[in-house]
Amino acid sequence: MAFKRDKKEEEDGGGNIFLNLEKTSVLQEARTFNETPVNPRKCTIILSKILYLINQGEQLGTTEATETFFAMTKLFQSRDVILRRMVYLGIKELSSLAEDVIIVTSSLTKDMTGKEDLYRAAAIRALCSITDGSMLQAIERYMKQAIVDRNAAVSSAALVSSLHMTRIAGDVVKRWVNEAQEALISDNVMVQYHALGVLYHIRKSDRLAVTKLVTKLTRSPLKSPFAVCLLIRIVCKLLEEEGDVALSESPLFDFVEKCLRHKSETVIYEAAHAVVNLRRTTPRELAPAVSVLQLFCSSPKPALRFAAVRTLNKVAMSHPAAVTACNLDLENLISDSNRSIATLAITTLLKTGAESSVDRLMKQISTFVSEISDEFKVVVVQAIRALCLKFPRKHGVLMNFLSAMLRDEGGLEYKASIADTIISIIEENPDAKETGLAHLCEFIEDCEHTSLAVRILHLLGKEGPRTKQPSRYIRFIYNRVILESAVVRCAAVAAMAQFGASCPDLLPNILVLLARCQMDCDDETRDRATFYYHILSGDQPQFIYHYIVDHLQVSIPSLERALTQYVANPTPEQFDISTVPVSAPEPTNVPEKGHGTVDIANPVAVQPETPAKAAESYAVKLASIPELAPLPGSLFRSSDPVQLTESETEYVVKCIKHCFSDHLILQFNILNTLSDTLLESIGVTLEEPEGYEILKEVACPKLSCGETGSVYVLLKFPEDLSLSVSTFGATLKFVVKDCDPTTGEPDTDEGYHDTYMLEDLDVLLSDQVVRVMKGNWGAAWEQAEGESFFELEDTYVLTSVTSLEQAIQNIVVFLGMQPAERTDRLPQGKSAHTLLLAGMFRGGHDVLVRAKLALAEGVTMQITVRAPSQEIAELITSALG
Amino acid sequence: MDSLLLEPTLYTIKGMAILDNDGNRILAKYYNPSTFPTAKEQRAFEKNLFNKTHRANAEIIMLDGLTCVYKSNVDLFFYVMGSSHENELILMSVLQCLFDSVNQILRKNVEKRNVMENLDIVMLAMDEICDGGIILEADPISVMQRVAVRTDDIPLGEQTVAQVFQTAKEQLKWSLLK
Repeated sequence: MAFKRDKKEEEDGGGNIFLNLEKTSVLQEARTFNETPVNPRKCTIILSKILYLINQGEQLGTTEATETFFAMTKLFQSRDVILRRMVYLGIKELSSLAEDVIIVTSSLTKDMTGKEDLYRAAAIRALCSITDGSMLQAIERYMKQAIVDRNAAVSSAALVSSLHMTRIAGDVVKRWVNEAQEALISDNVMVQYHALGVLYHIRKSDRLAVTKLVTKLTRSPLKSPFAVCLLIRIVCKLLEEEGDVALSESPLFDFVEKCLRHKSETVIYEAAHAVVNLRRTTPRELAPAVSVLQLFCSSPKPALRFAAVRTLNKVAMSHPAAVTACNLDLENLISDSNRSIATLAITTLLKTGAESSVDRLMKQISTFVSEISDEFKVVVVQAIRALCLKFPRKHGVLMNFLSAMLRDEGGLEYKASIADTIISIIEENPDAKETGLAHLCEFIEDCEHTSLAVRILHLLGKEGPRTKQPSRYIRFIYNRVILESAVVRCAAVAAMAQFGASCPDLLPNILVLLARCQMDCDDETRDRATFYYHILSGDQPQFIYHYIVDHLQVSIPSLERALTQYVANPTPEQFDISTVPVSAPEPTNVPEKGHGTVDIANPVAVQPETPAKAAESYAVKLASIPELAPLPGSLFRSSDPVQLTESETEYVVKCIKHCFSDHLILQFNILNTLSDTLLESIGVTLEEPEGYEILKEVACPKLSCGETGSVYVLLKFPEDLSLSVSTFGATLKFVVKDCDPTTGEPDTDEGYHDTYMLEDLDVLLSDQVVRVMKGNWGAAWEQAEGESFFELEDTYVLTSVTSLEQAIQNIVVFLGMQPAERTDRLPQGKSAHTLLLAGMFRGGHDVLVRAKLALAEGVTMQITVRAPSQEIAELITSALG
Repeated sequence: MDSLLLEPTLYTIKGMAILDNDGNRILAKYYNPSTFPTAKEQRAFEKNLFNKTHRANAEIIMLDGLTCVYKSNVDLFFYVMGSSHENELILMSVLQCLFDSVNQILRKNVEKRNVMENLDIVMLAMDEICDGGIILEADPISVMQRVAVRTDDIPLGEQTVAQVFQTAKEQLKWSLLK
């Protein structure tokens, strides 16, 4: 009994000196450090307390930290090993907080060069944490010695520290390459690993040197598994840069393949992971990797099973057939005690399995879906989305499953991904539309996420009116008006207006509901209701079209900037919205790729920059160049960068075409890859075709190795529109100076002139057109029938294409216009199709195109263009010819 | 997909942590300033991590874009975190090294109380295993050699004759030097 009580007391914290520490009192205790002689026991405990406090997240002020730091330096008097080592730790922790930390440099240098091995390694690491670029010179000699020291700990510490220091003094560390090279042949595995890391870091910008390093190392096997893993990663990086040679022919790939038979599991897995992730992997290379992963699936170690099944899941996205061999092993993992493994196994099976197994697997998942983390639930949802696309007939089962998941608890991200999936199913599969909308309606009845509710209401407004029975959605929407917060009420009002605009038989009822909404307590809701009420009751079809059915096309960031500018510089003129650039809709995902490659490994996927944002950043960048000011109007469209050189030449040049309403700015981005040259006064000579006029050129003053600079050329578009689509010859001209590769300083002041031929640059029709999303293309088409529009019709035979898909793709790319009403998706097994496109020509001219396609000995196309001027219409029809 | 190929770098470890059985931090270190820059975010992550891991002994989990491997013993939880694309087995070997080192430091009594009593040595061990995100040493024996475990802590009965002799000699030497 007595023993038990003792234990209890101890648990209450009797023995724990770290319980309830208080910062000020601990810092007070640090005064003990000043006593002589130093009491190592006592000081170690106090120092531990300080470090513990910092580790617990306690913040020290600069004065506090500096005082403690200086007190700590007194402890160098003691020769107690543990205390000294704790002092090093303290120095590292406080080095970023305290001032004048370099005071301990000499003490540390002494320890680092001293005899006591237990001090040396740790002293180096502490020393490097307080050293800055200017101080590094002073200790350089010692560092070089330490790297090649016989003691592995010292050598590792020096290598690791030098890698840390490349951030502050990359050039100095570069000089240690010979020492690192020597360390690479060390017997110690960790030294080898660290040396490889440092060597690669120093040389990584020099492709040739890296290749040499790799070739040497792949021949003589490294002892450390970590080093081999690192080498595999370096090899893969080289392989990815190699271009389009078949993998099986590359000697580098041989090495990766050989690693699949390494004795360490870590290396085997690294190699398999690398093979799976290489861009050019074909099923042939995959097979050995997959069979290794298959073996891992039955490993007793959960981490190994997890790694294997996660990688297989990745394979299943790109090469489902390769994974089918593992189906049996994966089935066994469904009941794994680690839920992450089970989830990954099931989602992999869903991707590889046959339609018949879907029901069974879904039942399996539903038994434990509530237990797994949100991130993995998202993975499941994405697998279901892929399934729906693969087996459209199964949408009933899957949709039910999704709606059950929607009702469960879950965070916004998870709910949003479910809603996204349902929405994409609705878009892909017309059969699923009504059930999908019904599920979403049910969901918003009880949805705590405002942003999702708003999105779904918007979707209902868009899709609802075109269903068989639009009236059934009105109740759901109007319920929102009664029950929800102001934001949702607004969205609901807007959705109702859509119904009113598109369904004439519902209009009287909608007007009654809108009239009621005019009593709302929220300003915005009331305003919207009033606005819609008057438009809808006004009986002016073109107003209804412009203000309700069609939506705002401008890019929001640009609009924001234009409005801020307008407010900042008051003018008597009215704000003209047509000067704001139009935003292209986000590229719609092509189903095979877009949904298939959902990144399971990284559920928190990084959002790519949207086109609107990119365009806005270009606009800001161009506006900031004084030589180009004033810009000729607002930026209409910027093309993607076009390569004008091979990617592995001395100078890499890319061109971005910025289109304005009457002008064109060509931005040439030039990268100098030669380490021993300096380029000066770089310009681009253009052979401008007929009609174009060069107004201004902005040269780039100077480019050293690895730098990218830009040259701008401002041109005026030809008056005659038919000349605007043409080809420019381009030559790079510059002054070359040889320079020292390490410092970048030129050897002489004199350079010589040189030129460099670039590939021809095409200005296309698609550079002058912005994609525009028309919510209701038919209505827009009818609107364009009036007198202000020209209509032009022509018929072509596209002999070079053999399928309708290909024809559609080509037309969309050629015209640079946005397919409307999802007409870019071809229903299966049809031999005729109508493609509807909408866009805006520079200068803000709306253009609509209807292309009727028929498949017979090539593709026959009848194209009808409606545009505000004859010239534009002609240009567009001729572009396809 | 090319982003999934791992960048060849030595910076492998994003963080290491030892938590107690209430999910409170005993020691934790995050090596990348961009992962959980503030103490508050770190706490939130640890809380979340603990909730997800303390019941199921499943060794590995993905959380907040990190791959976390873990191991528990009596009232302690050991974690090692790496990026979501990191080789899980490398992380495992670091975890194993952390655990084995602590195990040896505490003479096989891996409990919170013992960790607190030997906190200085455990801190040193963590520092020897990982330096600023780079794996410094993954072999527990080397780690033990480098942290230089204090010998005078061991009750006399458990010391070898040689150790006692060594200590006595040291003490004698010191008293003479004074």
